[in-house]
Amino acid sequence: MQLDDLYRQVIMDHYQHPRNRGTLDESAISVDLRNPSCGDEIHLQLLVEGGVVKDVRFLGSGCSISMASASMMTEAIKGKPIEEAVELAHSFRAMMRGEDVDLEHMGELEALQGVSKFPARIKCATLAWQALERAASVPHGEHVEEETFGE
Amino acid sequence: MNAEELRKDFPILSERINGHRLVYLDNAATSQKPRQVIDALRRYYEHDNSNVHRGVHTLGSRATEAYEAARERVARFIRAKSPQEIVFTRGTTESLNMIAHGYARAKLREGDEIVLPPSEHHSNLIPWQQAARATGATLRYLPLQPDGTIRLEDVEAAVTDRTKIVAIAHVSNVLGTVNPVREIAEIAHRHGAIIVVDGAQSVPHMPTDVVEMDCDFLAFSGHKMLGPTGIGVLYGKAELLAEMEPTYFGGEMIDVVDLYESTWKEAPWKFEGGTPIIAGAIGLAAAMDYLERVGMAEIERHDAALAAKAVERLAEIDGVTIFGPPPGQSRAGLVTFNLGRVHPHDLATVLDARGVAIRAGHHCAQPLMRLFNVPATARASFYLYNTEEDVDALVDAVLEAKEFFGHAIG
Ligand SMILES: Cc1ncc(COP(=O)(O)O)c(C=O)c1O
Repeated sequence: MQLDDLYRQVIMDHYQHPRNRGTLDESAISVDLRNPSCGDEIHLQLLVEGGVVKDVRFLGSGCSISMASASMMTEAIKGKPIEEAVELAHSFRAMMRGEDVDLEHMGELEALQGVSKFPARIKCATLAWQALERAASVPHGEHVEEETFGE
Repeated sequence: MNAEELRKDFPILSERINGHRLVYLDNAATSQKPRQVIDALRRYYEHDNSNVHRGVHTLGSRATEAYEAARERVARFIRAKSPQEIVFTRGTTESLNMIAHGYARAKLREGDEIVLPPSEHHSNLIPWQQAARATGATLRYLPLQPDGTIRLEDVEAAVTDRTKIVAIAHVSNVLGTVNPVREIAEIAHRHGAIIVVDGAQSVPHMPTDVVEMDCDFLAFSGHKMLGPTGIGVLYGKAELLAEMEPTYFGGEMIDVVDLYESTWKEAPWKFEGGTPIIAGAIGLAAAMDYLERVGMAEIERHDAALAAKAVERLAEIDGVTIFGPPPGQSRAGLVTFNLGRVHPHDLATVLDARGVAIRAGHHCAQPLMRLFNVPATARASFYLYNTEEDVDALVDAVLEAKEFFGHAIG
């Protein structure tokens, strides 16, 4: 087991300097997701206009993997059609399950591939993506609060 | 006692973890099992397996005898007056729920109070919340000192004639504090209240004498004391068990069953509906044999000495915060700590890469985490097979983690 496979430099950079951290106003879609077994939480907000993710912000607390994954996700989906964002979430989860995915589509997210070798940490990496999938199925102005029940 | 020698009895301790010697410091979550316990389970299944209290055949008698002998073994281990005060359960959680359900709900009235510290494990907290909701009773929390200890004068102030139940852990699974349960029992009894002691972290690590402690109920788990998972104990004073209602109804626990009404056996059997945890009880008895051969007072000294050493050395590391009693002050065999802003999950992952197994998370004590104002903490907990070498490995791994996360320590 190589720690450097897990804690790649990009990940540590996003952990220390999270992108898109903050909040949007109440017209955005809001999702609160919490992993009750470890206490990690995320508050994700999406502004979708004309089917495109115009803006996205998150707040949260958790380990380096969960917070870096959230930060990287926001960068990856900003400006994308929401369907594409959801497809990316599916690919990301497949990557965590150790399945073959087209890494070219994943861009920087490929750095998180190493997490799949640390079974205890996979749920950290997927928290933000689960929040995204919920958000995609919720109308604007609504607020969803849920717990995850593992992957 | 010689921990190096004892280690040879625990096959799992020779596992290699990520290329390293296993340094198992998650004993407060569950302990490892010695060959003697594993063999007792195998022997039972290979030679005596049968249902209990039912058949007239030879195996039925052997299984029943072994199961009831295990009850006697437990009674001796905690110095209960009679084996009939020992109920086999699935573990601490089930024991505490049975008390809250079968005893507390029938006794509590609106305006009654349940007194407890905010540091309790969820299993000694939520059953009381639920009982309070169902009856109109209220929870009243004892204040904690900054070092996690509880002052007797605060107990004196909180316990009144309205108090019906005091619920408290003998040893806190997060703070490592040893609560003065004997003195608290005395205060509770003076006001006509009963005391429920969560012994999950004390019974495995120190001599227990329920008569001397004068607790009314005591709950603990076999798996934290070298026994198998799935077996635990509910001790209750005979007169309280007699009053207490069963939680589960069905086979084994009945006396006469009519179409519209039934009657129960006497305690403890009325609480053991269905086929009981026979092999588990036999495994637990073997674990108690093993522990007593080593000596509970010896084990208590050993675990506390390792924890004291770990606290002292961890506290020297810049950026480490210790929760619970500071170095030099008495504590049981566990240490809860954080390393700067490094999340405990990240810390535990780095330690695991070095073969060091610790717990990271909220330790089933969310209200306490909120009091500390942290989402989670790391915890190292010791047992009879741990050595000073294990403490060295822990400290070295924490130093490595500090180096690895350097900048994030802040
Ligand atoms: C103080 C305390 N109480 C209760 C429990 C619950 O024990 P179990 O999960 O075996 O029911 C634990 C252990 O997790 C504990 O440490």
